[in-house]
Amino acid sequence: MRFAYYPGCASKGACPELNQSTRLVTEKLGIEIVELVKSSCCGAGVIGEADPDLQLALNARTFSQAEEIGLDIMTICGTGQGIMSTSNKRLKEEEGLLPRINGMLKEGQYNGRIDVKHLLWILVKDFGLERLRERVVRPLSGIRVAPFYGCYILRPSSVLGFDDPEKPNSLESIISILGAEPIDYVGKTKCCGFPVVLEKEDIALGMVSANILEAKDAGADCMVTPCPLCHMNLDIYQQKAGARAGKRLSMPIIHLPQLVGLAIGIEPRELGFSRHLASPASLLDKLGE
Amino acid sequence: MRVRFSIQRFNPALDAKPRFMSYRVEVARDATVLEALVRIKEEVDGTLAFRASCRQAICGSCSMEINGHEKLACKTQVLAELDRHGEIKIAPLKNMRIVKDLVADMGPFWHKVRDITPWLIPEGYGTIAISPSTMKTFDNVDACIMCGACLAACNSNEVSEGFLGPAALAKSYRFIADPREGNKKERLLSLQHEDGIWDCVRCNFCVEVCPKDVKPMEQIIKIRRASIQEGMRWTKGSRHITGFLDIVKREGRLNEAAMPLKLIGTDIAGLLRIIPLGIRMLIKGKVPLHFKRGIEGIKDIRRIFRERGL
Repeated sequence: MRFAYYPGCASKGACPELNQSTRLVTEKLGIEIVELVKSSCCGAGVIGEADPDLQLALNARTFSQAEEIGLDIMTICGTGQGIMSTSNKRLKEEEGLLPRINGMLKEGQYNGRIDVKHLLWILVKDFGLERLRERVVRPLSGIRVAPFYGCYILRPSSVLGFDDPEKPNSLESIISILGAEPIDYVGKTKCCGFPVVLEKEDIALGMVSANILEAKDAGADCMVTPCPLCHMNLDIYQQKAGARAGKRLSMPIIHLPQLVGLAIGIEPRELGFSRHLASPASLLDKLGE
Repeated sequence: MRVRFSIQRFNPALDAKPRFMSYRVEVARDATVLEALVRIKEEVDGTLAFRASCRQAICGSCSMEINGHEKLACKTQVLAELDRHGEIKIAPLKNMRIVKDLVADMGPFWHKVRDITPWLIPEGYGTIAISPSTMKTFDNVDACIMCGACLAACNSNEVSEGFLGPAALAKSYRFIADPREGNKKERLLSLQHEDGIWDCVRCNFCVEVCPKDVKPMEQIIKIRRASIQEGMRWTKGSRHITGFLDIVKREGRLNEAAMPLKLIGTDIAGLLRIIPLGIRMLIKGKVPLHFKRGIEGIKDIRRIFRERGL
């Protein structure tokens, strides 16, 4: 099983622990990844707000790099997945779009032959849940995990299409396979607030505290997310959001590959938990680490 | 088939808080949720309150929360809901005051729509021909039946109730895009304020729940684009976009640690406010210092930006 690895911006910037844990987990599971070292930012929907064609060109450029080595792309960012799925669908389906966007590229052309898949989807479908179950050496029993999907890995569902946006199940199924207990709460498919944290801090922090408090009330020991932007908002801004809401939040926010890594026997200190601002100590203690 | 419906009941004159009540009724296999509600009201409990009129997804009256998601009761099949969720739980639209049972107070929704001046303000009295292709740029917005589903689902409105919201802003775009409109610039200016276009978090919920495929969020994005093109670049929201473009053009990737500086500009107080968190991030190794030079292949990325005039 081989994929062209698209690390995205966050895992090379503010969330290096995501890149680190992804590499360890894929290696241990035998999923071979070839990093697209020349790939750029996907635009995150922000570049598309100013110039949709520019966003398409940046993604077509990345797709052409994967196509050249004959591999589908693996993403580790919910936002990246949303933007790349949307771009790929448009490039493949809209008449005349691909030649026009290819006209903006110089180093390679995209022929519409690759798919883009999130690590979460690869684990559930390509690698397979049963195979993952066999690799669990340290079941996360007794741990209650709140899945936090975020927006772009689910919506618009007409483009993403992996999970039912009203009743997603991929994170829950992974949490269960790893031996932990997934908890249910309404906020799991809501926005984390990250897109406006710099310009509308009140809105963003309001979302952070509402989502974390809801997960907490439902009994969560930690929240797990397939999106580093959700991670940044829920983790980095957690203290600020707690102060604003007048509540102590103290909720460990875990990247998907970190949770998998814990269960398949990778040492916690290798998974980069020390980089989190919201301490995961309570979770690691409960696991007896 | 005999189906159990769990319906939220609330009469503010009598009840302290809403509660769910169960109703078992016989419905046809192809019945809609609205047909089931009508049957419950006619045969089981006449006090159940809900709104409905056209029964064919044209009037927008019967929008409500079905299994946690905003839907038109008349456009939702009982069997499909059962297959998808294993149960049928019905509540009024959320984030709105409950008038009674499934009837939500749409007042704030209408006010938001009214606030964007929902009519054409033509420039002079001449005749302007509109081509079908121009019409196509906004005719899906005209499909809006103002059911309020998007506002109830809007994540931003949930924490910031002043936000104009998806339906009103989509309608506003409809006039901004209309060649006959004479007040485009004023319209754009009026949407730069605190509760305007920059409150949208792009969560895509409005796109997902809209029963008429209006895609409100995409219209909000078009208003943002038009605002920047018209030179309205003083809001933090617009600086987020222009700053993002600058960073990706320079480095090839987004450097999150550099973004705040793009929004703060020369505001010293703002700079001082972000320093404590910046230091905590730096200590945790969350401030990348290797970006500045740009990623491998940065020259090609810069070329693409330049050729777009950026």
